[in-house]
Amino acid sequence: MAIFLTEKTKVIVQGITGSEGSKHTRRMILSGTNIVGGVTPGKGGQVVEIEGKSLPVFNSVKEAIAATGADASVIFVPPKFAKSAVIDAIDAHLPLIVVITEGIPVHDTASFYAHSLKVGKSRIIGPNCPGLISPGKSNIGITPADITGPGSIGLVSKSGTLTYQMMYELRDIGFTTAVGIGGDPIVGTTHIDCLRAFQDDPETKAIVMIGEIGGDAEERAAAFIKEYVTKPVVGYVAGFTAPEGKTMGHAGAIVSGSSGTAEAKKVALEAAGVKVGKTPSQTAELLRAILKG
Amino acid sequence: MDLFEYQARDLFEANSIPVLKAKVATTAAQARDAAQEIGGKVVVKAQVKVGGRGKAGGVKLAENGEDAYVKAEAILGMDIKGHIVKKVMIAAAAPIESEYYLAILLDRSNRSFLVMASVAGGMDIEEVAHKTPEKLAKVHIDPNEGISQEKALEIVRQGGFGSDVENQVADVLVTLWKTFQSSDATLVEVNPLVKTVDGRVIALDGKVTLDDNAAFRHPEFEALIDHEAADPLEALAKERDLNYVKLQGEVGVIGNGAGLVMSTLDVVAYAGEKFGGVKPANFLDIGGGASAQVMADGLSIILGDKDVKSVFVNVFGGITSCDAVANGIIQALEMLGDKASKPIVVRLDGNNVIEGRAILNKANHPLIQQVDSMDGAAARAAELAAK
Repeated sequence: MAIFLTEKTKVIVQGITGSEGSKHTRRMILSGTNIVGGVTPGKGGQVVEIEGKSLPVFNSVKEAIAATGADASVIFVPPKFAKSAVIDAIDAHLPLIVVITEGIPVHDTASFYAHSLKVGKSRIIGPNCPGLISPGKSNIGITPADITGPGSIGLVSKSGTLTYQMMYELRDIGFTTAVGIGGDPIVGTTHIDCLRAFQDDPETKAIVMIGEIGGDAEERAAAFIKEYVTKPVVGYVAGFTAPEGKTMGHAGAIVSGSSGTAEAKKVALEAAGVKVGKTPSQTAELLRAILKG
Repeated sequence: MDLFEYQARDLFEANSIPVLKAKVATTAAQARDAAQEIGGKVVVKAQVKVGGRGKAGGVKLAENGEDAYVKAEAILGMDIKGHIVKKVMIAAAAPIESEYYLAILLDRSNRSFLVMASVAGGMDIEEVAHKTPEKLAKVHIDPNEGISQEKALEIVRQGGFGSDVENQVADVLVTLWKTFQSSDATLVEVNPLVKTVDGRVIALDGKVTLDDNAAFRHPEFEALIDHEAADPLEALAKERDLNYVKLQGEVGVIGNGAGLVMSTLDVVAYAGEKFGGVKPANFLDIGGGASAQVMADGLSIILGDKDVKSVFVNVFGGITSCDAVANGIIQALEMLGDKASKPIVVRLDGNNVIEGRAILNKANHPLIQQVDSMDGAAARAAELAAK
């Protein structure tokens, strides 16, 4: 088993005719993802040839679903057009929408997130995220597929490259699913959503949770772990040395006042019984020790 | 981007939120002229993007133009919590009867927007929220519905506003929502919102934060940027489209991906504890495509920081392959020539790592040292910086 994404998931690429969209469609196909088509408004009827596959392009997600039976989409369209692309997918009742696009105005994200709650049919992952991978099964987004294979660890992280680093550190054990939830102030799927899914997934034996400064998502996750999660969880938090009031690349990673500091997050996680590593390598060692018993 | 008070005031005025007459001045003489033009008593207010300026002596009442000159002269150049005052706002003084609080902000925890309204304004709102939460109305706003007149009135009543001002305050709230939305703000705060003795409701002080991601649809943002405040290296990095933040340390850091670079800073700081408290000198994320040019730009910025004693290049090859990064480093050093003079510790992992490490080994550059693990490389860079 894996969470959110399996080998059966049929994926369409919104923005497939763009340079990012076509580049990553090729990579996803090579890593085994079942890509069934794409959407670019105004280019419906075209066919894109990628890695020996002829992928039909549609004007809307609704059309794409009708023709292909797609149940997930990955969005690579530029920030300016991202909101309408996400709304299109929400209104088509697509179960999984993964928004890779970086730099979407937060008013747009707030708007499409609220809309998705109202319609109630979709899980959104991102924006500003690497996507998710269930190694050996499927890969939606930009995560390198060859870092590691299937295994028993579930991973949830705000950051892309830190996810890759952690997958690499634990490559001999492997992962059920690794989810990059994104570093923006508003994201569709939270640490808590992933923790719940990993707890309920029989193949996941242990969970790695990577957080970073800003907001209180890690503190909330800590409270959730205490109440719901019985599987071992190890944690890592980036940004101990980040100064107050400066944005470190992720729009959400900014410390204001006393809230959102790495130290506060570490304390909250430890109080919930989570072992927190000082570095990614040390965090990997903590997990290894737990799995060895 | 946080705005100065005078910029927030201008934004409020442009959106028809009631404000007092005011002008901004950079010299005492300008302050005098502004005060004379406004007429009567004025308030001279330091323009700094930090709280607590009143307690620091950055806000003073002036009787007339000459007095405004004296007060402005005292305030300009003041250091308020590390912020040097370069501008003052001269605002008409108003006889105040009551001070209120009104704000709309991005509420990350609830992934929505939040209105906060209270009749207990003026003082520290966090204290009000903490000690007397019943005095602070907190109401979630559906981003797609916004704040209607009806909704505004409901919120205002919940905040304890009396019937004498509730309609006026509700009007302000509706306009504040329009400002929040049309400006792509993540915070618009009015504290205090006041009732004057003659019964007018006026926004006396404001804080506004705008969403940098929305700059593409707001050409007016450009004029609001405080170019003077940026560190010269940060300004240079921005020109070259690099995501760079200057810190106070000795180990220059380059990495790919915001999370990994943040983590690298921490790992360097831990490693530095063993070497006399050496710290990271900067945050620099070169992102996905580490071309030779990007690497050269990044290295030249970091080597331009006189505090830097060593450099740590920490790359996990994802989409970017390690051989491309290795070639980028070698070519960057060729481009920089004699300007590159500090030892560079490189740690490569991930996509095409064997090829990448081989390229660096073969180049055998005197400045480059390779260490295979992130923790080990951080320790080496810290040790070199401590020498």
